[in-house]
Amino acid sequence: MAAVTYDHVVKRYTADVTVVKDLNVDIKDKEFMVLVGPSGCGKSTALRMLAGLESITEGQIRIGDRVVNNVAAKDRDIAMVFQSYALYPHMSVYDNMAFPLQMQHMKKEEMDKRVRNASKILGLDPFLKRKPRALSGGQRQRVALGRAIVRSPKVFLLDEPLSNLDAKLRGQTRIELQKLHRELETTFIYVTHDQVEAMTMGDRIAIMNAGILQQVGTPGDVYDHPANLFVAGFIGTPTMNFVPVTTSDSTAKASGFEAKLPKSVPAGKGTLGFRPEALTDRPSADGSNLQMKVDVVERLGSDQYLYGQVGSDQVTARVDPRMKVAPGDTAQLGLDTRSIHLFDAESEAAFF
Amino acid sequence: MDFSVLLQDIPTLLVVILGVPAILAAYIVGGEFLVRRLPDKNRPQVRPWIWVGPALILVAGFLLLPALGTIVQSFENNAGSWVGFNNYASQFSDFPSGGAWVAIRNNVIFWLIFYTVFTLVFGLILAVLFDRVRYESIVKSLIFMPMAISSVALGIIWIFMFQYSTPGEPQVGTLNAIITFFHHDPVVWLQDQWPSDKFNVLNNLALIGAATWGITGFAMVILSAALKGIPGELLEAARVDGAGEITVFRRVIFPLMMPTIVVVGTTLVIFALKAFDVVYVMTGGNYNTDVLAFRMYEQLYTAGNNGHASAVAVILLVAVIPVLIFNLRQFRAVEARR
Ligand SMILES: Nc1ncnc2c1ncn2[C@@H]1O[C@H](COP(=O)(O)OP(=O)(O)O)[C@@H](O)[C@H]1O
Ligand SMILES: [Mg+2]
Repeated sequence: MAAVTYDHVVKRYTADVTVVKDLNVDIKDKEFMVLVGPSGCGKSTALRMLAGLESITEGQIRIGDRVVNNVAAKDRDIAMVFQSYALYPHMSVYDNMAFPLQMQHMKKEEMDKRVRNASKILGLDPFLKRKPRALSGGQRQRVALGRAIVRSPKVFLLDEPLSNLDAKLRGQTRIELQKLHRELETTFIYVTHDQVEAMTMGDRIAIMNAGILQQVGTPGDVYDHPANLFVAGFIGTPTMNFVPVTTSDSTAKASGFEAKLPKSVPAGKGTLGFRPEALTDRPSADGSNLQMKVDVVERLGSDQYLYGQVGSDQVTARVDPRMKVAPGDTAQLGLDTRSIHLFDAESEAAFF
Repeated sequence: MDFSVLLQDIPTLLVVILGVPAILAAYIVGGEFLVRRLPDKNRPQVRPWIWVGPALILVAGFLLLPALGTIVQSFENNAGSWVGFNNYASQFSDFPSGGAWVAIRNNVIFWLIFYTVFTLVFGLILAVLFDRVRYESIVKSLIFMPMAISSVALGIIWIFMFQYSTPGEPQVGTLNAIITFFHHDPVVWLQDQWPSDKFNVLNNLALIGAATWGITGFAMVILSAALKGIPGELLEAARVDGAGEITVFRRVIFPLMMPTIVVVGTTLVIFALKAFDVVYVMTGGNYNTDVLAFRMYEQLYTAGNNGHASAVAVILLVAVIPVLIFNLRQFRAVEARR
């Protein structure tokens, strides 16, 4: 149980390879923080610096009040679940889970109690004597979790722990991890490239791109108020529509339509962003309506997706499944301007 | 060489040049033809035998038959008459200094233990240390270099290393140069039977040291490959779990390398039992440094006693076979684990 602080943290491999650039995050005690971003953006590196597996080039990492820059990995009291699980192949499931406790020279009885407790929580009782080789992917993943939870560490690190599981198991484990977090009352830092995992699991999400932290916030925050074009495009499926616009006062003029902006902005060029569900089959109250030449219609039962052209821009709409449209039609759609975003053409930062 | 002798018997030459390839081709084509005639399900069982057949015949002709011949000879005297176990009895007579006892002792106590253990320990230490060195491949190539030296040259190099000059003279031998620098009297390394001629550790270890120098690179390279096969995340996991570097080695690296260590170890045991060249070059088996393989050679060529030489050969064979079988099994176990 401890807070974690990244304070102006930089990771540089060589003079011109900077993998993490000036990272500042405050992770609260007992928080479930998800670090998300496209692969290669430096998430694992950020996590590994916290674990002590990678040196910190500049800045400070603190666990609680303690600066850990020069503390060896073994002394940081951190547990980590690796993507490959990294189970000790020559040890039984029981010994794998007991290993971190043996390192603390814990008494046999206490150790046994903790391992059995963890194995019960994770449903590993029937496999305690087996070697990891004789387990399925899902079972191995549980052993890796077990090895981490027996210790009651200060911080719990998980680096893409679900990416080797099949889709169904991934869904289940996602829920179990959240339950585990509630029961253990420990700080979790979870790294993933999958924004769905991030949105569903995190108390807060930190979004990274190319070594730079883009935004930190609750899932609702980053979905409704993305700080910039990257976050807006990264979070949410299908992705947000982006159309180039010219703004003047409080209207934005796109190639095929005009939208009323919720507040006035300086005249100039920008990018208008709106999620597919901001389009409806009802006309908009403020006259922000548009005609879409529909190319593809996807019916998913609860939803209906329309892909098509508005003016010269490609746009996706998520509309009521009862709306009658066929490919080739021109659909009359209204834009809900309460949930639109405008991004600066130069800096890509959001005006709103 | 005068090859004109070949031309005197043209028919034989033709048979050799044309006949041998023709027979081989006929064997392969004919074998395959017969296999195709077989019912589908028998074919996979029979086909491999057609292909390994020639190899088996060669092994039988050039390895198995001579081995059997050696075994038969070990029960005969030079005149070819049956003498029962006499040849063996004389190897095991007059314990502890007669017969083959000195050679057996040197093989089993000194070579088998020290040569194997030294090589494994040095190989392991070098493999682990050089794994973290910047110019790893260059340093490793240097250590591996002695493997490229013929063992006779190796023996001669070490004769120079151990060379003795009388006290007061400049010491040409490297080792004596070093110890006289520290005001110790020069040592006649290859003849000094310290602590006693009943149990001469010093000159035996001098020979074993030379042989170890030659083979450590081999052990290092194989052990280092095994080390590289251990995923880095496993070591990182152990560190995060609270293990220091020594514990990581003891609890994770070493157990995972164990199967390879056993394979290298048993290979070294076989090398130790077969030790010959260093002894032949450096001491000629004198000063109680005899080993079985050298004794076999000496009985055959110096003493001219075929029966005794064959008996020693059979003793060696019997000693090596169990190790060999164990080694093969272990090797297969390592392979199966991949
Ligand atoms: N030892 C290294 N030397 C140079 N670059 C590295 C090294 N390790 C990782 N990188 C680079 O750092 C970047 C971030 O890696 P990583 O943190 O693993 O990304 P991810 O966000 O996918 O976890 C990648 O572009 C990778 O190529
Ligand atoms: Mg990663």
